[in-house]
Amino acid sequence: MKPPIFDYATPASVAEAIALLARYEGEAKLLSGGQSLVPLLNMRLARPAVLVDLARIAALDWVRVADGVVAIGAMTRQRTVELAPEVQERHPLLHAGLQLIAHPQNRNQGTIGGSLAHADPAAELPALAVALDASFEAAGPEGTRTVAAADFFLTYLTTALAATEILTSVRFPMLPARTGWAIQEVARRHGDFALAGVVAVVGLALSGAISRARVVLYGVGATPVRAAAAERLLEGHVADAALLASASAQAAADLEEPLTDVHASADYRRDLARVLVGRALAEAMTRAHAA
Amino acid sequence: MTSTRRIGMTVNGERYEADVEPRTTLVDFLRGTLGLTGTHVGCEHGVCGACTVLWNGKAVRSCIMLAVQADGAELKTVEGLARGATLHPIQQAFLEKRGLQCGFCTPGLMLSIDELLARTSAPTDTEITDTIGGHLCRCTGYQAIVEAVHLAIEKLRTK
Repeated sequence: MKPPIFDYATPASVAEAIALLARYEGEAKLLSGGQSLVPLLNMRLARPAVLVDLARIAALDWVRVADGVVAIGAMTRQRTVELAPEVQERHPLLHAGLQLIAHPQNRNQGTIGGSLAHADPAAELPALAVALDASFEAAGPEGTRTVAAADFFLTYLTTALAATEILTSVRFPMLPARTGWAIQEVARRHGDFALAGVVAVVGLALSGAISRARVVLYGVGATPVRAAAAERLLEGHVADAALLASASAQAAADLEEPLTDVHASADYRRDLARVLVGRALAEAMTRAHAA
Repeated sequence: MTSTRRIGMTVNGERYEADVEPRTTLVDFLRGTLGLTGTHVGCEHGVCGACTVLWNGKAVRSCIMLAVQADGAELKTVEGLARGATLHPIQQAFLEKRGLQCGFCTPGLMLSIDELLARTSAPTDTEITDTIGGHLCRCTGYQAIVEAVHLAIEKLRTK
């Protein structure tokens, strides 16, 4: 369990990092917090020729809470965002989601951008990004571009980033008034990757009917999975137990075959998704009424 | 041919410099190059917490951090807790509450607790369990560790 041989570069700027990616033509791998990459190196599942460590680029380490958005530089440590009082106060869903990522010791080192760009389908941040309509800024040889979360996660560990592009920041919109949220997951052990998880957001009209619903599952597909049919069942209706039950059944039924592995079968994950969606919607409704 | 890189860091207040291969993990560097074998190597993929050290005051897994990533950093390992023959209040509390049996997980646990108690002198129960939840202990069942944390809080308060 020791990493293979590789070279190591510490660019001081994003431009320098992009130039390195271009020079090594796909043989380079970006290193951010290393909480996924270094285990992969230790197990020799990854064998890059060179690691490009982004940690010395100070311009990628920042958090700004303003104008209805929590904007975060890609190299900001997860724990820094989690412990920021203004995030806790003004984006409680993001705060709650961060607390579910592995353990504090991993979040001290793991970065916001690293988790998003790694795109593990069982990770919390990609699901939060999709649920919140986050947007990503990527820098490449041709300049910068913005990618919507809905277009970012392509499949397992694969994003819309080109081989010479670097994720530089992410913007998580805050939730509007009369909106409730929940994030729920089940893992075999505290801090493990979730067998299944869900982010739910519900907005209420003045009538008390659900004006907007967002249900995003994780750990049950190749990317975060939006339960679009379940959302449509909810919108325009006043929530009661029967409605939440049918929406959660719909969300589970719409899943393509979830993963079967040593931790859980596909059937178990599907049923877990149903239960978690029901719980998350109920919790989100309670918060929406209180908001 | 393997290329090496010159790195420097402060460990427990002492300055070290060495040439390392980029692939050297921080825990192997601490143990093998610096001879600081108090930090233990467990799972080598960031799950068990045995290798936890403080990196610029923050608890991290030194088995999934490369030594080159710690270039310029200030580190603290279990060797940095005691003052000569006087145990640190956290160590004394572990001893008095039997917060350890085999001791394999103990160095890492104590550093995570050191970070927690440096951040807050009155952590909540959730903060305590979240902190020690990042460490696998197969001997104690954790209850004695929780009691040790409470005793350490007491000792640090009256110090």
